[in-house]
Amino acid sequence: MARVVVDVMLKPEILDPQGRAIVGAFGRLGVHGVADVRQGKRFEITLDGEPTDEVLADLHRMAEELLSNPVIESYALRVEQ
Amino acid sequence: MRIGVVTFPGSLDDRDAARAVRLAGGDAVSLWHGDDDLKSVDAVVIPGGFSYGDYLRCGAIAKFAPVMTRLIPAAQAGLPVLGICNGFQILCESHLLPGALTRNDHLHFVCRDQRLRMERTDTFWTNSYAADEEIVIPLKNGEGGYVADEGTLDRLEGDGLVIARYLEVNPNGSRRDIAGISNPTGTIVGLMPHPEHAVEDLTGPTTDGLGFFTSAVRSLVKS
Repeated sequence: MARVVVDVMLKPEILDPQGRAIVGAFGRLGVHGVADVRQGKRFEITLDGEPTDEVLADLHRMAEELLSNPVIESYALRVEQ
Repeated sequence: MRIGVVTFPGSLDDRDAARAVRLAGGDAVSLWHGDDDLKSVDAVVIPGGFSYGDYLRCGAIAKFAPVMTRLIPAAQAGLPVLGICNGFQILCESHLLPGALTRNDHLHFVCRDQRLRMERTDTFWTNSYAADEEIVIPLKNGEGGYVADEGTLDRLEGDGLVIARYLEVNPNGSRRDIAGISNPTGTIVGLMPHPEHAVEDLTGPTTDGLGFFTSAVRSLVKS
């Protein structure tokens, strides 16, 4: 069984208030030297069979239409063996 | 004058929206998320709440509901639709309106009576208001920050598609204080604050919200 991982991140120009709050928490916890944190989502998709071109095309479509909102987010898809 | 109100699992404000429709003189028709049937309505309100638990992103799952597979092409063909709060998020996720709603910049859920300026008053949903009229209606959201790229924001402002703007306080970090927008023909309107909660003296801070619903009834009478 193959696993496909989709990472979804806010586009760089979109403010990430959650990431900013995490930077603040780092400082309060004594961790300094952190310039920025961006928070995203990771989807781990386990396939029944092999990651054929057809399956991957479907998953790219899902990443574009469902898992991410292309207005504010970008995604990266990779197959993990 | 049949105005549909969609109920998704997790919708909160469908009852208030239906009540507002009735107070404005329209017939409120319940539309169920699982039915691919618009029941011959003349217009649709997508109410606020947390459709599908806000899983994934607000409105991301709702846009694929059976009722939306009928509503999206109907809206593209001219059926008037008002999306309030989660409804606005669903309209953006469905690409019926540009941009997106993101987490409030201060990260807190906000619930307050919000002053707005009505900036476009020739749409199906806003024609009962006077130009630049100031209204106060409730606002309650955690992910109400309106964002779009600069080109889209410039186009919205240049084409007069910002229907309402926040006054006094920007409650959620929305770009350019945008509270609501419309499509170019004024049939599709998205609004983050809640006019349906400001239609009766007993329960609302004002009755300023009723105008959205009387606008719709008036538009339907005229047509």
